[in-house]
Amino acid sequence: MPSIAGLFFYMSEKIKRLNISKSILLDCKQTVKDFSLAYETYGKLNKDKDNAILVFHALTGDQYASGTNPITNKDGWWVTAVGPGKAIDTNKYFVICANVIGGCMGSWGPKEINKRTNEPYGLNFPVITIKDMVKVQETLLDHLGIKKLLCATGGSMGGMQLLQFCATFPNRTFSAVPIACSTNHSAQNIALNELARQAIMADPVWEKGKYYKKNIQPKNGLAVARMVGHISYLSEKGMQEKFGRKLQEKADYEFSFDADFQVESYLRHQGFAFVERFDANSILYITRAMDYFDLSKQFKGGLVEAFKNQKTKFLVISFSSDWLYTTKENKDTVIALNSAGADVSFAEIKTDKGHDSFLVNEPEFLKTLKGFIDSMHIKFKNEKK
Amino acid sequence: MKKEFRVIADLLPKNIRVLDVGCGDGSLMSHLIKEKNIEVRGLEIVEENVKKCIYKGLSVIEGNAETELHQFPTKSFDFVILSQTLQAFYNPEKVLKDLLRIGKSVIISIPNFGYWKVRTSLLFFGKMPVTKTLPNSWYNTPNLHMCTIKDFFDFCIEKKINISKVVGVNEESTSEIKKSNLEIKNLFSKVGIFLLK
Repeated sequence: MPSIAGLFFYMSEKIKRLNISKSILLDCKQTVKDFSLAYETYGKLNKDKDNAILVFHALTGDQYASGTNPITNKDGWWVTAVGPGKAIDTNKYFVICANVIGGCMGSWGPKEINKRTNEPYGLNFPVITIKDMVKVQETLLDHLGIKKLLCATGGSMGGMQLLQFCATFPNRTFSAVPIACSTNHSAQNIALNELARQAIMADPVWEKGKYYKKNIQPKNGLAVARMVGHISYLSEKGMQEKFGRKLQEKADYEFSFDADFQVESYLRHQGFAFVERFDANSILYITRAMDYFDLSKQFKGGLVEAFKNQKTKFLVISFSSDWLYTTKENKDTVIALNSAGADVSFAEIKTDKGHDSFLVNEPEFLKTLKGFIDSMHIKFKNEKK
Repeated sequence: MKKEFRVIADLLPKNIRVLDVGCGDGSLMSHLIKEKNIEVRGLEIVEENVKKCIYKGLSVIEGNAETELHQFPTKSFDFVILSQTLQAFYNPEKVLKDLLRIGKSVIISIPNFGYWKVRTSLLFFGKMPVTKTLPNSWYNTPNLHMCTIKDFFDFCIEKKINISKVVGVNEESTSEIKKSNLEIKNLFSKVGIFLLK
């Protein structure tokens, strides 16, 4: 396993970065500029610039939505949906994805060097919000010369960014597909995030976020945080079917606390694989941003005000077995959009795959996504004529 | 396209906002967009149909009209259409009330239980009628509240719902139904289409 510092050094050479030179006022009232936003693009922007799709990533995602992630050498996080011939077909569309600020795949985040102190920010990094993330990403569209996107999409926190994007920059996208998300974070979701944060902060290695000095990570805490996440991404039924009470390569219990059950082994594997690619402080910052997210709070007239005068065509998608962002929560978004007079469609995908459904191969979901985007492309081209 | 849809389309002015409740695969919606430049939204309960609409680029919300009409603001549409499903709701009166709240006008079509074939089937064979418009048997029919054109006419009067126009449809023709010809049209129309305000 490469050391964290080694990994991050290696990263810096391969990553596309945009230097954000314009001042951005963060929600915490700090004004920032001259920091980097890491991003990746797939496919080609056509002459009419009518084929650009912006993808927002979720909590532990990054800019590598498709192909092979050059840093981890693993598949991009959304290869099931983005790529040549896929639902979001990169032979046809120009796909843009940026690493959120606060993240750790090359964008400005807590592990980056604070120019003032010449040390990594750690907890001196400002507490950012979903709105801050989105404002920064909008400058990337200017940089790429895209006035209006064909579509913007994202699941989970990506969907929350998308709703924020539509509210803050109305009509910057012709269509939008918020997937498995909500307009504010529920008590249950805040609680699960708090569990993840507490696991990290309880790790003695964390040292109030100053672990970079020693070139180590609070691995144990971060792994537990990831395990919490993984449980919440599956459904009860899906988990039962996948693991049941099956034992991990053994005939009987070992009367110990090793991973006897397959589900334990799975969680441990996921947890400890994660620490190699993700920064613990980034989890703290990004989960905080999710918890603070409440679109209705930002507008005096609530959600109706947030979505008023929207020309964007929305398709909200939920998954029947998702208990993290339930169908009910997704429907509340639909109701708000409807009340604001926005053009909104809604589909619930019936599946046992839980919140993870948008990341895994779920054919009904992918077909719906493709059908919508392709039909929107035709409409967008007609509108541009 | 179904004759009924053509009648409904003819009742609608151009360039308006329409909600199609129970929009199916969106064939009426597509027609209204193309022919009348109508801004149309659909509500549909069957997942397969919802996807068909999405693939066509139509705006559709997956949901149950019985429980989810509350999401549409008052008078947010010029017209609301409900085609041959009122009888399938547990509480048709409540649904109708919601439709009248959401739309400035409402178009409702009902399969007519007073149609002569339905009447004769019960009279001569002593069995619940199975026809083209009512294809199910008694044990698997989704139609919980069957009524005749006359029943619905009376219902609107009783509830003080303003009937602007009623059209009767059968295989051969479509014709306007008035109080004066109600008895005969109730016998010879397969479907009744009501324009309510």
